[in-house]
Amino acid sequence: MVRWIAIILLSLTTIGAGVWGYKENQDKNAVLIQAENSYQRAFHDLTYNIDLLHDKIGSSLAMNSRERLSPQLADIWKISSEANSDVGQLPLTLMPFNKTEEFLYDVGDFAYRTAVRDLEKKPLSEQEIKLLEELHKKSGEIESELRKVQNVVLSDNLRWMDVELALATNDEVGDNTIVNGFKTVEKSMDGFEESITETGFNTSGPGKSYRSLKGEKLSEEEAKKVASRWLEKVATNKLTLTKSGKGADVPTYTASFQDGDKNGYIDLTEKGGHPLTVMISRSVKDPKISLYEASEKAKDYIQGLEIDNLVLVESNQYDKMGVFRFLYTKNDVRFFMDSVVVKVALDNGEVLGMSARDYYDDHSDEEINKPAISLEEARDKVNPNVKIQEHHLSVIENDVNEQVLCYEFLTTMEKTTYRIFINASNGQEEKVETLKKAEMKFNQEI
Amino acid sequence: MVWKKTTVVFVVMTMVLFPMSEFTFVKPVQGFSNQVIQQGATGDDVIELQSRLQYLGFYNGEIDGVFGWGTYWAVRNFQYEFGLEIDGLVGQEVKDRLNKASNYDEGYVKEQIRQGKDFTHYGGVPKSKQTEGQKKQQQQKTNQGEGTPQPEQNEQPKQPDEPTAVNVPSGYSQNDIQLMANAVYGEARGEPYVGQVAVAAVILNRVQSASFPNTASGVIFEPRAFTAVADGQIWLEPNDQAKEAVLDAINGWDPTGQAIYYFNPKTATSDWIWSRPQIKQIGKHIFCK
Repeated sequence: MVRWIAIILLSLTTIGAGVWGYKENQDKNAVLIQAENSYQRAFHDLTYNIDLLHDKIGSSLAMNSRERLSPQLADIWKISSEANSDVGQLPLTLMPFNKTEEFLYDVGDFAYRTAVRDLEKKPLSEQEIKLLEELHKKSGEIESELRKVQNVVLSDNLRWMDVELALATNDEVGDNTIVNGFKTVEKSMDGFEESITETGFNTSGPGKSYRSLKGEKLSEEEAKKVASRWLEKVATNKLTLTKSGKGADVPTYTASFQDGDKNGYIDLTEKGGHPLTVMISRSVKDPKISLYEASEKAKDYIQGLEIDNLVLVESNQYDKMGVFRFLYTKNDVRFFMDSVVVKVALDNGEVLGMSARDYYDDHSDEEINKPAISLEEARDKVNPNVKIQEHHLSVIENDVNEQVLCYEFLTTMEKTTYRIFINASNGQEEKVETLKKAEMKFNQEI
Repeated sequence: MVWKKTTVVFVVMTMVLFPMSEFTFVKPVQGFSNQVIQQGATGDDVIELQSRLQYLGFYNGEIDGVFGWGTYWAVRNFQYEFGLEIDGLVGQEVKDRLNKASNYDEGYVKEQIRQGKDFTHYGGVPKSKQTEGQKKQQQQKTNQGEGTPQPEQNEQPKQPDEPTAVNVPSGYSQNDIQLMANAVYGEARGEPYVGQVAVAAVILNRVQSASFPNTASGVIFEPRAFTAVADGQIWLEPNDQAKEAVLDAINGWDPTGQAIYYFNPKTATSDWIWSRPQIKQIGKHIFCK
């Protein structure tokens, strides 16, 4: 009797386990197919978009009427951005595919710049046509490679999940057709970078980084001393010092210390010992001092940078911290790129961080031109529906990455504040920003 | 002729002054701490400042306890009208003038904030007309009304008098910051604070970079980009430190020196990642271009 009951019970559990296992397996497969399908969609979208891109660039080369060219370029801009987003959805992050992505970005960037330009006044230059031809050629190469891969994927039922697996295990022997295909695409991009610099069109902009660092090279001992000065005079023997590797934009020393709960960190340029990043981390108690008082502390602190004319332009309280942004000014012109940010703890007013990287990265001592139009002329260019409250002269970077001198107007319309930049040499409206409003707290319970 | 003019001026003056003098002696003398309030500040002082400015009709925005641009222009206009130095800073003199000229019903304002109602605080308008009815409160009750009914006091949010809004860096919402904090916490919760800021900075550098998607979410959820996303650790509840690290990175701190990749040398499987030009090591991670 007992034996029979045991047998029945056991067989029931076995069947139960079997059914459960089958269900689990089905669920897993469903999820895998779902993931696979979204990869497949991104991949086929990508090949289609590259196809389209190649065609559109081709026809823009053949075009003669300027009225048609601008919309065509806008179209190219849109397609390249879509293709780029498709790439972002494929599991390609840890394989070299960045040149192709940069290519797509360059296409988009170039198309945008030329599409927004008045081609009637300023038609495509010889060089730009040459670049367009180059883009056409390269997009053709990518297209044919991707078509080949796509064909294999379809005829052999290749799965992207396998690509993911191959990349995850870093399987050298695993000869994955898709991976190899993409590697070929990437190789075809090799010559592109040189040709694009030849045509004087470059996404990274001119080599402007850290142009005017002053001072002598620091030895490690000197660097420690400077670091200690910025890090609340911590003893130099407590500091760990390292040097930056070959990938750094500018050679730096990094010093850090750990003192119980508190730790500090600083990046100094090797040349001149200028602090790029200062960070001190500790627990901060409830705010006791006002933002205004904290801003005074921040002002005192940046005296140590020995930069003349840093002007406080923005202050914000984030919970227990005050964050202050200073801009470099010269002859009342504010340089928006040359900024220094300081963070102050509101419990006792200690400075807990500074970032002067933007300032040192961008600052140059070049003279800027005087404005060619008057304030009144610029004022006339501002939308008459807004009320102008304040104005300044400012140097900003516009959307084609040029530094331009502008009249800056702080204006209001209804309850919103806008910052409007009018180019001081030609009166163009360079940029209009909506200045942020505080965001309402969302009720956590909902 | 001359006396006629003076009478007109006199009458106008009394008309302007009379309703104000009525309040000048009635209003309770209290309020403002002795701190100077400036743009960007948050807290009780700002709630009072906004209420008083609204009472006088200078401020038409929401009374949310955050000194934003709207409040800034209101302060400047107030300073202009009252012949004070126009600097947008609320020091003792401005506060004195405000105290004299306006009436601040703290009980009413705090009560509205506690109940999460839309309300205003204009002078000379009955309070009952300046607040919405019971609707929203009831809605809240139904939302929170799970389990046993509780006394009314307990149903209110825990810290009722706080500002109803927060500062966020321009271009980002609290939710964006939360998502990035999730990623940072999942990726680098064992790292020193600098290491967390560094990971947040890499996310932002990727958004800027030509070879990555150009939104924070696109970068975070790019397949195989972050191990914490792949294995679900991103959905752990981040702590405040991770959020602070994200805020710092957004505000401009980048200890990595513009890195767009990083890896843990102990677990990295890809040869390719080792071929990238390295910038530095922070904590367990090597950061590279």
